[in-house]
Amino acid sequence: MNAPTEHPRKPRVAVHKFSSCDGCQLAFLNLGEDLLTLAGRIDLVHFAEAGPLDPDTGVDVAFVEGSVSTQEDLERIEHIRAHSSVLIAIGACATSGGIQGLRNQANGTEWVAQIYSHPEAIASLARSTPISSHVKVDFELWGCPVSGPQMLAVVNALLLGVAPRDNADKVCTECKRQGYPCVMVSRGIACMGPVTRAGCGALCPSLGRDCYGCYGPAENANTDALAAQFASLGLTPEAAVRRFQSINSQAPVFRAAADKLRTGSHD
Amino acid sequence: MTERRSVAIHVPVLTRVEGEGALDLRIEHGEIAELRLRIFEPPRFFEKFLEGRHYTEIPDMVARICGICPVAYQVTAVQALERLFGVELDPWAHAMRRVFYCGEWIQSHSLHIHLLAAPDFFGCDNAIELARIAPDEVRRGLRIQGLGNELMDLFGARSVHPVGVRVGGFHGAPPLARIRDMREKLRAALPEAEALIRWTAAIPMPQDDQAFVSVATRHPNDYAIERGDIGTSDGLVIGADAFDEHFVERHEPHSTALFSHYHGQPYLVGPLARINLNRDRLPEEVKMLLAETGIALPSRNIFHSLVARAVEILLALHEALRLLDDYRGPDSPWVPVTPRAGVATGCTEAPRGLLWHRYEMDEAGCVISARIVPPTSQNQGRIEEDLRLSLLNFGLDHPDDALRLHCEKVIRNYDPCISCATHFLRLNVERT
Repeated sequence: MNAPTEHPRKPRVAVHKFSSCDGCQLAFLNLGEDLLTLAGRIDLVHFAEAGPLDPDTGVDVAFVEGSVSTQEDLERIEHIRAHSSVLIAIGACATSGGIQGLRNQANGTEWVAQIYSHPEAIASLARSTPISSHVKVDFELWGCPVSGPQMLAVVNALLLGVAPRDNADKVCTECKRQGYPCVMVSRGIACMGPVTRAGCGALCPSLGRDCYGCYGPAENANTDALAAQFASLGLTPEAAVRRFQSINSQAPVFRAAADKLRTGSHD
Repeated sequence: MTERRSVAIHVPVLTRVEGEGALDLRIEHGEIAELRLRIFEPPRFFEKFLEGRHYTEIPDMVARICGICPVAYQVTAVQALERLFGVELDPWAHAMRRVFYCGEWIQSHSLHIHLLAAPDFFGCDNAIELARIAPDEVRRGLRIQGLGNELMDLFGARSVHPVGVRVGGFHGAPPLARIRDMREKLRAALPEAEALIRWTAAIPMPQDDQAFVSVATRHPNDYAIERGDIGTSDGLVIGADAFDEHFVERHEPHSTALFSHYHGQPYLVGPLARINLNRDRLPEEVKMLLAETGIALPSRNIFHSLVARAVEILLALHEALRLLDDYRGPDSPWVPVTPRAGVATGCTEAPRGLLWHRYEMDEAGCVISARIVPPTSQNQGRIEEDLRLSLLNFGLDHPDDALRLHCEKVIRNYDPCISCATHFLRLNVERT
């Protein structure tokens, strides 16, 4: 524990953006009046979308949205790490490389040439990678997008000086708690819930549809069993691969499951 | 002070816009030598990784193009695919798509007005500072934004990357109790939105007058949001399938977003373009309030965009209320779909303007190729043109800080969503 200082100052917080849709920053911007309350409790030194711009002052906590996908990103994330006591990666892009990680298996240079008439002007690395591939990350908040309550829980834990709570359990547990009928058992829908991390509140099954894995892999995810279940529901191996290769395609557990399906090593 | 000075202004990171952009301005001997809006959000290749995907996956994937306007991407995609597949939506699904979309307009517009644009006009750096001088107005804005989010949540279970839309309708229908509760909230928000229009109209704005073509969707009866043809202020009306014949995209090396041209010239999309073209479709009560503000339409002053957004918030509240008023749940929230091979095109009005999608599909219902033209890449050429004219009108002799602030104000009028702007991919390779 740090000894209390004579003139306690408000914690300094920064929100940084890398390659992303901006949706996780909205967990702050959609807080409503709580945003003003939060602004009174912290010193928001950098948050370009909201206005404050100062990436060089040291902060107590840096929230990082987005994946690393350019040369300049590599330098920027090092700079942020060096200026932050605690670094928290928020959302699928920052924790797994995000939906744009789908390009990692493709020929990115060729894609650029197909799209842009001045490909030499496009600075883009071949791969989209999570923050933890480059610097030490103190806490990862998974989800596409992370939710406001999740984000506030992390902020409150840090303000109280305790470690944020990690919930790596499966979406299935949330479904059961809410009492939603299992879409896979009752309707034969290929649901990713058994291998997907909890946190959303089982939103998709609440509407009678399949979870599509936007919170990334849960702990101890049995992807072999789920792949076998998908096959028995009539999914082709290609369709099953697409289930694992979506929002969090580069999360190691989902990537391994897809690779196994591609090489046909499932029985 | 010399009259003919040379300055270089670089705004390395534009703040209070969505995504990453920068502005370079070089003035030499009293004239603009260089002016570039640079978009450097790294490309995310959406169109490429949609290839090979099944049509059922498209709504969840395209939502990820933009966290602020996911509904626009989802609804445009399903509209295009439903047209190709010959799907007849249930009237309930038709109406609720519009209500769902209204939620996004309310959310996105209120976020933009209060958190991104308004601070400029009160000498504040951000909304937190603005909340110190105008606490009631900022709180009102955050409440309206919250209501928009709730409306999206009602049909999508969450407002960022909602999960409710499917080709053929919605996955589920909200229970009646939640609809009743929503109607009360929408009704209570009407006077707040009216006050918001008066507040935005009372903010002193620069007087600017520029000639530009407005482009927006047109519908025979409604103020076009989730469906309609494409109309222009010089009289063109075309279906979504003819977009390519009139609008052309080009890559400029300084930007990862492509520039669009209409018959060889830049054009405007977004709230001001819509209100210019579709003012006759506004409900009477909205028209009356707009008349009170003294803003004459069509307007050639881009600074009226702020009021246009406030007007569209009120319109969206009225529309949502009207469509939820005699609500009854559907027999089924979706109809079955049989895919067909062919080309699907669709267009809707994203909060920032016209959004156009094109999908080439195979007979199994998988994507062969995809093209998405978002509003910000369409506005990009217009923003640069506007900056040039507006700066000359403002006067180049102002101090650097004043010039920079003026440029930022101009850019924010367009509410550029730079995250979206970079996803545009051209499949026809052009080399120069």
